[in-house]
Parts: sequence; C-alpha cells; structure tokens
Amino acid sequence: MSFNSLVEHRRIIRAIRDDRGGQVLLLILFAIGILVPVLNMAVPQGSALHLSGYTVTLLGKYLCYALLAIAVDLVWGYCGILSLGHAAFFALGGYAMGMYLMRQIGTRGVYGDPVLPDFMVFLNWKQLPWFWHGMNMFWFAMLMMMVVPGLLAWLFGWFAFRSRVTGVYLSIITQALTYALMLAFFRNDMGFGGNNGFTDFKDILGFDLGKGSTRMALFVCTVIMLGIAYVACRYIVSSRAGRVIQAVRDSESRARFIGYKVESYKVWLFTFSAVLAAIAGALYVPQVGIINPSEFSPINSIEVVIWVAVGGRGTLYGAIAGAVLVNYAKTYFTGALPEFWLYALGALFILTTLFLPRGIVGLMLTRKRKEKTA
Amino acid sequence: MLRIPVLLINVLGLCALFVAQGVLADSAADYAAAIAQLPEASYPEKTEIVHKLSDMQQPGVKTLLGAFLEGNLYSRTSDRKVFIVAEDGDKYKLQDAVTLQDAGSESQDDFEKIIANNQLRKELRIAIAQFDLNDTAASARLHAVKEMLRSLDEDNIALLRKRLDREHDTAVRAAIETGLAMADLDNSDPAKRLAAIHVLRGNMSAEVYNRLNDLIQQNSDGSFAEPNDEVRMAARKAVVGIERWRDAFGAGQTMMFGLSLGAVLVLSAIGLAITFGVMGVINMAHGELMMLGAYTTYVVQLLMPNHIGASIIVAIPAAFLVSGLAGVLIERGLVRFLYGRPLETLLATFGVSLILQQLVRDVFTANNRPVITPSWLAGSWQVNDYFAVTSNRLYIMLFTGLVFVALLMVLKRTTLGLNVRAVAQNRAMARAMGVRTEWVDAMTFGLGAGIAGIAGVALSQLTNVGPNLGQQYIVDSFMVVVFGGVGNLWGTLISGLSLGVINKLLEPYSGAVLAKIFVLIFLILFIQRRPRGLFPQKGRAAEG
Repeated sequence: MSFNSLVEHRRIIRAIRDDRGGQVLLLILFAIGILVPVLNMAVPQGSALHLSGYTVTLLGKYLCYALLAIAVDLVWGYCGILSLGHAAFFALGGYAMGMYLMRQIGTRGVYGDPVLPDFMVFLNWKQLPWFWHGMNMFWFAMLMMMVVPGLLAWLFGWFAFRSRVTGVYLSIITQALTYALMLAFFRNDMGFGGNNGFTDFKDILGFDLGKGSTRMALFVCTVIMLGIAYVACRYIVSSRAGRVIQAVRDSESRARFIGYKVESYKVWLFTFSAVLAAIAGALYVPQVGIINPSEFSPINSIEVVIWVAVGGRGTLYGAIAGAVLVNYAKTYFTGALPEFWLYALGALFILTTLFLPRGIVGLMLTRKRKEKTA
Repeated sequence: MLRIPVLLINVLGLCALFVAQGVLADSAADYAAAIAQLPEASYPEKTEIVHKLSDMQQPGVKTLLGAFLEGNLYSRTSDRKVFIVAEDGDKYKLQDAVTLQDAGSESQDDFEKIIANNQLRKELRIAIAQFDLNDTAASARLHAVKEMLRSLDEDNIALLRKRLDREHDTAVRAAIETGLAMADLDNSDPAKRLAAIHVLRGNMSAEVYNRLNDLIQQNSDGSFAEPNDEVRMAARKAVVGIERWRDAFGAGQTMMFGLSLGAVLVLSAIGLAITFGVMGVINMAHGELMMLGAYTTYVVQLLMPNHIGASIIVAIPAAFLVSGLAGVLIERGLVRFLYGRPLETLLATFGVSLILQQLVRDVFTANNRPVITPSWLAGSWQVNDYFAVTSNRLYIMLFTGLVFVALLMVLKRTTLGLNVRAVAQNRAMARAMGVRTEWVDAMTFGLGAGIAGIAGVALSQLTNVGPNLGQQYIVDSFMVVVFGGVGNLWGTLISGLSLGVINKLLEPYSGAVLAKIFVLIFLILFIQRRPRGLFPQKGRAAEG
C-alpha cells in the first residue's frame, strides 16, 4: 500500500471516528446485513422470527431509496442545490440495469427472439438499436449505468452552474429535465419499451431472479453499497473540498470572492450525487422487477426531497432514516388507508417545513443539547 | 251605376277561382294517383314517379320526398295506401302521404316499406335540393347547391345556371360558379375549359386544387391528362397560385394554433407570474388552484342545468372567489411563515397541492367530471379548406387578452396594485411608509390564486376536468414565467405566446411529444444563457 493511499485511508477513518450518527448507522447496516439473511434463510418458515421474501424485497427497496436520499442530501443538505430531478438519474441507472436484464432473457421471451427483447419484436423492429449493443455484458452495462447519468449530470451542471443558475431557478429546470425525459421515455420510438418499460426479467449474472438466494444476495449488495456510499459521502463532506462546498451553500458569492472555483465544486458534487442515484436505481430494478417511465415523473423527485427533509437534511444518516420511515409509512398507509396517504404525505410536507426545519435528527439533537444544559 | 261593374268583377273573379280550382283539383288528382303507384313500381318506375312528383307544384311534395329518402314512406298491406310513418312505441303514427293529414296510429305489422336503392336515393336528394335551391334562407340554398354538385348532370347544370341569374347571395353564387366551372373542366371545348380554369383561379378549396392538379399530371404513356397546351399552362399557373395561397393560409393556421396554445400557457402562467414574479413565492399548488377553478365550473353547471350558456359567465367570478379564497388561506396559514425561504415554500405548497388533489378525489371521485361546452362556444370559423379555427380557441385568446389587461389595470391603476408594486420593490421601505405588508401579501397571493381559478374555467373547456388537471400545467407554467423573466407581466405574455408558437411550428416536423421535449430542452439551455429570462428586471428590484 502506497503512502498516499495510507493517508487517504486514515482520513476516511478519521471522518467516521468523529461521526457518532454515522457509527450507529454503520452498525445498524452491519446488523441488518447479518440478521436479515439469517432470519430469512436459517430460521424455519413457521417461526415468528422468520422474515418472508416479501419483507426482504421491501427492505431492499427502502434501502435503495435510502441510497437515493443520501445522494439528494449530499447536494441539497451540503451544497444548497435543491434538485427536483434526481429521480431522473435513479431511473436512468434503473434503465441501464433493465437493458442488461432484458438482454439476459434471450430466447425465453414470449416471442423467443435470441437478440431482440419482446417489445421490439412486437414493434416489428428488425435489429437492435445501436445503444443496445454491448448491454448484454454485465460490466459494460454497469459502466453505462454510471457513465450516462454521470455525463448527463456533468453536462447539465456545467451549463447551469457556470451561468450561475441557482436556487429555485435550478430546481425548476431540474424538474423540467426529468419531465422532458419522462415524455421521451414514454415514446415507443425511443427504444426503451415505451409505456410499459421493462419487466419479466429472468436472471442476473446467471442467477435466477425468482430465487430467494439471489434476492438475498441483491439485498446484501444493497446494504454494502449503502454503507460504502455513506462512508464516501461522509469522507467528501468532511474533507477540505467538503468544507468549501458547505461554504458555497452558506454564501456562494463570498466563497467565490475568496477565490474558490465554485462551479467546479458544484459540478463534481452534482455528478457524484447523480452517479449514486443511478447506482440506487440499478440496485432497485432487479429487486422490484420492473422499470417504466413513470419513475421519471416530477413528483417522484419531490418525494425524495421530502424524505431528506423529514429525516433532517445535511446529516446524511438523517436522509437514510427519513427515506426508510416515510416509505414504511407509505407502505402501511397505501395498504391500510389508501385514500389517506396523499393527505398524510401533504401534511408531512407542510408540517416538516413549518415545524421541523431540521428534521427528526435535528429534533433529537436539540433535545439532547437541552438535556446537557439542564 | 256602380253595381254592374262590381258584379261583373265578382263574377269574373268567381270564374277565375273555379278555373284555378279545377286545375288544382286536376293536378291534385294526378298527384295522388302518382303516389298511389309507388308501392307497386319497379326502381326505374319509381324514379319516373319521383321526377313527375317533383315537377308538380304541390305543397307537400318536399315532405313526401324527404320521408321517402329517410325511409319513412310505407304502404298499408290491406289497401296499398301510402303513409308517412313515425315510430310510436310498437305502433306507427300515420300521416297521409297526399294530404299530410294525421291518420292515427296502427300496428307496425300491417305496413310495408317502400324501398329506395342508391340510384333512387341520389335522385331524391337532387329533387329535394332543387326545392331548397329556391328556399329563402341563403344557408339552405348553399346546402342545396353543395348537394347538387355532388352529382352533376345536364338537368342539374341547367337548374344551377338558371339559379345563378337570380342569385344575390355572394357565397351561394360563388358555390354555383365553382361547381359549374368544375363541370366545365370536362367540357370537350378547350375554350370552355380555359374559361373554367380562369373562374377557378384563386379558389381555396381542396377539391378544386386536387382537380386542377390532376389536369397537369403526366400519364404513364407520356401524354398529359389535359391535351390542350394552353389550357394546361393556365391550369399549372392556377395550381401554383393556389399553392402559394395554401401555404400562406397554412402558415396562418399554424400561427393561430400556436397563439391559442400560447394563450392557454399565458393564462395558466399569469397567476404564477404574480405570486412567483411579484412576491418571489414558489407556489407549487398553482396547478391545483386552476383545478379548483375547473371544478367550480362543473359545480356551477350542476347548480344551473337549464342555463348552460350563462353558466360559464357565472363560473368566472365564482372560480375567482373560490381559488382566491383558497389562495388567501394558503398564504395566511402557510406561506407567510416561510418568506425568505423559497425552497421551503416550494415543498410546503407542494404538500398543499397533494392535499387538494386528494380532497377533490374524495369529493368528486377520481373520475373526470363532464363539463358541458355551451353552444355559443362550440362551432368554428372556417375561411376555407386551409384555414379554420374553432371558436373556443378564439374565445380563449380573447379571454386571455381581457384577463391580462384587467390584471395590468389592477396593478397600475388601483391602490392595491400600487401597494403590491411597492412591497415587491422594497418591503421594508413600504412598511415604513405605512403599507400593511401582511395584508398586501395576502391580497397579492389571493389575486394570483384567483386568476389561476379563472384559468381553470378556461381549461375546463379544453381538457378533462380531473384531479390531475393541475399537474399537467405546472411545469409548463413555471417555464413560461422563468422564460419571460420573473416579475414582468409583459415578459410572461410574450414568452407564453412565443412558446406556444414555437411548439406548434415544431409539431409538423417532430410530432407533439418531441416538440414539447425540444421546447423544454431549449428552455433549459436558454436559462443557462440568460438566467433572468427574456426581460430581466433591472435596478434594485432585481437584487433580492
């Protein structure tokens, strides 16, 4: 191990050492990573402690959302960029994974075409569009999964931040971006299955997606990925660059006058965040088994923002807590009181902004501080 | 002395009456006889009879022929008497075919339809058209001319020529002239054909264009459809001329579509231009305030089902009040705690929009509600085959103009407007001068929301009224405001109209969805170049 990487190593450790919440989070993730597979696979089905496959998938879904939430928290909580289009990167990552999974179906599709996915046969297409080539290779698909959203975010950010589009203007154009992408992906001519998107996946890397063990492996991957992403984000925000980024959030023009190239910090942070969102999407698709253009809808992106706001922005672990809690509530309400969910979500938006500007985490921190002073 | 002439006149008059009645009675008998032949006649005989009937100047003949065409002419099986029938439960309501008198109702089983074939129906249509040709209403004559032109023969041409000499209405004259010229194109005399082309030059009907275009086509063997060179040259010239006009009208049509789409965009964005532009508040519930306006229209129509025409007029102030009130509530209950925190306002008002959507879903169900278009809004303004605008588009444009002017007047000419502008420019100073800024904020927000409600009334005539109505317009309206430049009503007007036109100009090349995507991409790029929009605010107000 070279000297440089040793220094880096130590910095990461230091970043985590000062972060109590992060330590708790990593511990919880570790526990989940061990417990869930044990409870699902080792504990017999009849037992009260047994976790059903459905629950595992649901948990995996929440954790993917949590990954998306820390991506949003990274740019919103630490840099003040309120992106209302992060679901677009999530969906793009999901589509890249979906393309790989579609190519894996091969002759097992309804029409049995060895190369063309079913919807192309249905549309009477004769050959694979150019952007579908190579997507049958896992490494290439995963590369594209990160490169395409990353490139889009980089281009978008480069244009937007260089011309100093900030605040609500940026929010509105990110919303326009995801809206435009949604309209585009709804088109059959785009070559992404139009309205229906992709579904009926068979296997990933040769493992059957219908099997519990494959799903469990995907879940563990998600847990590990979330842990890695958290540590990476924590490392970024506690590094020197991270402090510049927070300075930009607090006063952009002052940071610029001091001499920092504000644009490049913002562009790189935005790009990194977009790639995280894309990875979340790529992990999400094989677990839920479907991806369609409604993932691009502007309301999805806004919902992510509310997860972060509920959990507490600018804390990273708050975003994760918020994502899991809100989505658990969503699962509960849509099952028990479906007509009540939108009221609850709407009230959540209003109450959080009015009374919990720093979210649940902020609430807990102030309570702790009060206890100390008392 | 005077008695004798008077008596004489009386006698003469009586004689004349008798003679006339005799003639009438005579032809009436013929008429009845002709009708009586119908049930037994073959198709060629029926055609003969129809011709004979239409030549007799009997009062009921048009009704009779009309009934025959519609398939309502029956004969009674027992005595072969002919009746015009109408369904009446499981019976037929009878009308004597000759006298048109009521003849009671009888069971359907006793009657047999007098059947017409296509040829006969054509004859009937022409015969009826000939009656209409002498109608006093110009629209009826026009219809008759069009009907006759569908199947021209010698008789019809003669009839139309005769009518042309007496016709005063320009539209009917033009229709007859065009029709006759079209017929003349088949004339064997080249001079006639040339004259016809001269008549048809500049005619803006698709039929004429296709016909003339056929003339200049080359057959597969190299010969031309029109053998005469001079005539063909004239036809070519006429075709080129028509094409030029057609393109111009087509461009005008696209422009009209673009402007009307733009008017909708302006209408939906202008309320936002107030709240976002003047107050700097992002109101994500704007779309739902429009939705409330649309539902108000629906409720007003439910309340006054017998006055649909007036309901729209009533709905406008009602929607303004409903949405405006909702706006004031949102401002007082929520937005005022969040001034200076635009991103938080955005999230909180988004929460409001979710609640409003669900509220509407619970009250009115998730299905689209039917809002009736009043008759005075239906219909269209058709100049020719290449330029037609539906009247609701025209009304929307007019309406947008009115709303815009009214809003401008409120902002420029009223105390409220003065206060609004003062608060927008410098809140602290306005307060120092004694302006109740809190009250002004609430009123401004209410005004913006009320205008969203009015926009909703207009939208209820254009799209489905459902819980998702607001969401379709929210991204668009924000783009319009941002493109035009925040805080600038004229900017909003120009940006809305130009975005509408750009959209419609792109549509023929790329299709509706791609056009929309292109416009969005264009806007995203445009904001990079000019983050403050087309018409940025200058001076102090821009600093905030």
